[in-house]
Amino acid sequence: MLDNYLPIFTLILIAVCFAIGSTVFSGLIGQKKPSEVKLAPYECGMPLVGTARERFSVKFYIIAMLFIVFDIEVVFMYPWAVMFKRLGMFGFVEMGVFILILLVGYIYVWKKGALEWE
Amino acid sequence: METIFFYIIALVALGSGLIVVLCKSPVNSALGLVNTFFCLAVFYVMLYAPFMAAVQIMVYAGAIMVLILFVIMLLNLGTEARKRYTHGVVWAALASLLSLVTFLVFIKKGQITGAAGDITKDVVMSVGHTELIGKTMFTEFLLPFEIASILLLVAIVGAVVLAKKEV
Repeated sequence: MLDNYLPIFTLILIAVCFAIGSTVFSGLIGQKKPSEVKLAPYECGMPLVGTARERFSVKFYIIAMLFIVFDIEVVFMYPWAVMFKRLGMFGFVEMGVFILILLVGYIYVWKKGALEWE
Repeated sequence: METIFFYIIALVALGSGLIVVLCKSPVNSALGLVNTFFCLAVFYVMLYAPFMAAVQIMVYAGAIMVLILFVIMLLNLGTEARKRYTHGVVWAALASLLSLVTFLVFIKKGQITGAAGDITKDVVMSVGHTELIGKTMFTEFLLPFEIASILLLVAIVGAVVLAKKEV
């Protein structure tokens, strides 16, 4: 069982090693000639505007909440998709009801304009 | 081999858990939490539950972590959390110590009997974990599945009502 996951484990290991390696080696062999401009936080090449630790608008939060809800909806769809052929029409209707109930929520969100960026 | 691997991952999980608790910066704690979630996913794989592992990463490391980071940004804890040290921490420590002791007592007293029921490790391996969950969820636990959608609907409405200015 665990042998099947060896490729994924290798991938994670390489990713971690690359991240640690590139940080450590650039610190060890890189040149260090700091100047005021170089030490400034990089912000798409623009001059800095205030601090980065400002409070964010609650607009972001509602998008994240809705993302979680629909993410969980998708999680339910994975076992359904795997069993789709064996469940047949019954499974299709079942999932239809599930999606329909969530569609009500989606329409509610849409009507309330929660997805609009005012 | 598997035992050694388990101990390594358990060590990483405990280390990330300590990072979550001990780090001063909430963002560092959040990153430690992501690491803990990934370690839990590895445990699920070792328990022959690959679907749970995938869900753990998708929902917890993906969606719920985003929410936690958003809350950190929303409350701007970065500067304030460093200054304040409330007495609530002491109570939280006491509560977790108590639950740990209870847990250890149960482990000591209890008997580990192994797998119970029809779905053994071999069945899971031959049929497939996701297939088994799908089969049970869409036949036996049909009603709870549909109720779950209503729960999600309530969550949607709650999120909109809480976060939207003019409802």
